[in-house]
Amino acid sequence: MTLIDGELPPPSDTVLSVRDLKVWYGTARGAVRAVDGVTFDLRRGETLGLVGESGSGKSTLGRGVLGLLPDAAKVTGEVSFRGRDIVTMRKRDLRSLRGPELGLIFQEPMTRLNPLMRISDHFFETIHTHERGLSKDQMRRRAVDTLGAMGIPPTRFNNYPHEFSGGMRQRIMIALALVLNPAFVVADEPTTALDVLVEAQIIQILADIKRNFDTSILLITHNLGIIAEACERVAVMYAGRIAEQGDARAVFAHPAHPYTRELLASTISLSTTELHYIPGSPPDLIDPPSGCRFHPRCPDAMRVCPTRQPPTVTTELNQQVDCWLHGPDDLIPAGGREPLQREAIGVADEA
Amino acid sequence: MSQTKPEPGAATLDAEPLLSVEDLHVHFALRGGVLSRFFGSDQGSVKAVDGVSFALSRGEVLGVVGESGSGKTTLGRAILRSVPATSGRIRFEGRDITDLSEAQVRPLRRRMQMVFQDPNAALNPAMDLLAAVGHPLRIHGEKDPEKIRAAVVQALERVGLVPTDQFLHKYPSDLSGGQKQRAVIARAIILGPDLLVADEPVSMLDMSVRAKILELMLDLKRDLGLTFVYVTHDLATAKFFCDTIAIMYLGRIVEYGPAEDIYADPKHPYTQSLLKAIPEPDPTKSVPRDLPRGEIPDAARPPLGCSFHPRCSKAFEICGWESRDLRDLLERHWVAHRDEQFEQQRGIVGDIALLDQPGLTAHVPAGAGHTGQEIVALLDSIRAENPHEPTWSGVRSIQDEGSSTRVDFREDCVDPPLYDVGAQQVACLLFRPEK
Repeated sequence: MTLIDGELPPPSDTVLSVRDLKVWYGTARGAVRAVDGVTFDLRRGETLGLVGESGSGKSTLGRGVLGLLPDAAKVTGEVSFRGRDIVTMRKRDLRSLRGPELGLIFQEPMTRLNPLMRISDHFFETIHTHERGLSKDQMRRRAVDTLGAMGIPPTRFNNYPHEFSGGMRQRIMIALALVLNPAFVVADEPTTALDVLVEAQIIQILADIKRNFDTSILLITHNLGIIAEACERVAVMYAGRIAEQGDARAVFAHPAHPYTRELLASTISLSTTELHYIPGSPPDLIDPPSGCRFHPRCPDAMRVCPTRQPPTVTTELNQQVDCWLHGPDDLIPAGGREPLQREAIGVADEA
Repeated sequence: MSQTKPEPGAATLDAEPLLSVEDLHVHFALRGGVLSRFFGSDQGSVKAVDGVSFALSRGEVLGVVGESGSGKTTLGRAILRSVPATSGRIRFEGRDITDLSEAQVRPLRRRMQMVFQDPNAALNPAMDLLAAVGHPLRIHGEKDPEKIRAAVVQALERVGLVPTDQFLHKYPSDLSGGQKQRAVIARAIILGPDLLVADEPVSMLDMSVRAKILELMLDLKRDLGLTFVYVTHDLATAKFFCDTIAIMYLGRIVEYGPAEDIYADPKHPYTQSLLKAIPEPDPTKSVPRDLPRGEIPDAARPPLGCSFHPRCSKAFEICGWESRDLRDLLERHWVAHRDEQFEQQRGIVGDIALLDQPGLTAHVPAGAGHTGQEIVALLDSIRAENPHEPTWSGVRSIQDEGSSTRVDFREDCVDPPLYDVGAQQVACLLFRPEK
């Protein structure tokens, strides 16, 4: 396959650079701060796992970096894709990037394929829209090759979506997102609707993508097991902000943010020996808690935590974390490290 | 399927099982429209539950584990008589309830209740919790609002929705996912049931909440002596909650036994792969790559022999190889060689959809301008490339028939029943006793 290089070669190997991105929605009760100051970079061929619970803003962030938010959303900050800012880009320019440069893999493969169109026609339409001038045979070869890399036999090329199982439809969706060899793909909960064995097959496909396609992936999931399986780096999202990001091995072995640690402890896996949960529930994003948004649920909360938002600091293991436990000390007022006195959290406030 | 003996769990046992199911079948007829034209009117049925037997002691938690399409949800509903059994027996405290009329079943519903997967769909958005949780009491004839209120308050306390006066007049939209599921559980226990069928009660909930709901169910089991059928696809939560595990595949139990044994030493290749496929939240461990290929097949046309054989890495000669497996084999070959060989070879074989029907003899049609001899050569070359592919072990002969090639499969294939293997029962021919 040919690599598609835009007119602007990336300055380094950074494909996507997000700076202080905010996405607010207006509601009758006030503004929902779904994404509230997110900063991260994605390198070429890298898979970044974005993990968070429902309502953490992870899907909004995934749509935001592709410029796919509704007009009513207020977006500020910068999303730089190979040096071009997606936030301020004209819609027409953005549309021409989607497909050849930016891709999206959805959660529900059934609802994204047209039941009246053969699989072949889905591919012809996609390829023809962005690369005119290819012959039908060239398009077919390219589509069959991409489908084959996802394990779809070439004999099924002219079938209709309903003739495929759920897992095969998700493979087709992935192939459709990759057939133009985009530089960057968002995969939003790509395995949530699938069974465990099929999920494992899809995770392996995602893990192979970076080898075969040189594509950078933002993999959005609530499942820490999937992050551990498929991602080199992980960003943990809580209440519209990234609480912690870093190398996946480092973050899982030495979580720097108490939320990451508690989330890992509450994940039930085969090696779980006792049940653990985080008291309380994720906050209302119309009126989030002051200071660090996790402080009302945090077992390590200190007196400084509700007073101001912790700045992002880099730990020894090169994790970036927003938590006062990691300082900086010169910003913590005297007595700020004393434990925070709180009322107990009842079921009344739980998730 | 053989009669299953009750396995002692961690629970205390009465002599008589609370619930026993014998050779239960639930078939759904496929009727009308396009489907009947494809299948003909006489053979159209899906065996959602295809001969299931087990016995459940009081206080025991049985995990019914399977992927979508395994029949686990239908089994759970059939136990509660929400779907009619096609054949077989369901006994509750020794009493045969299989054929009771709806009016006769109703009093029994006090004793057996259901917790649904999606708490958003299970609660009426127009009912506050007092009305929703108290609804079963009303259905069962309680008219006194004070008594209903007192019972609702008690049930809400029981599931931890306290202080109850804060919750009584809340609507589902005011509640978080975990709170809704607690309300659904409160509604299920308000009549004082003995048996709860919980269908994926935590799978829609966030990770940080799942443990709380599991803990609540463990408390209810301990404090109220409840017996559970826990229907799930998730072996990790089942490991925590269940005394006994039944692994289902395509309507059958393929492995059954004490949870401890099944997790320590899974026998069925399907159980083994389910356990291996769960990703651990640990980047230093990874899921093995030799997992079963494909997906659960169409239950309207299950594979011959063992239903799992097309996906099984340990399948051998008598597992049920047939025409449809040959199509899969050709397609896998062309996926692997889609560049070089597919273009040349595709023409040799005609319409491979013709292979897509059950049968121990496959007629592979030759493409236009090609001969059966070329197909024989093609099959030989594919076989030479990977002689250990298990499908070949079931092939008896390959013959050129001019314009097609005839492939005969072994006729001594076996559909395995449950064999006793230690404390477990396993429906796999690897455990067939020597004759």
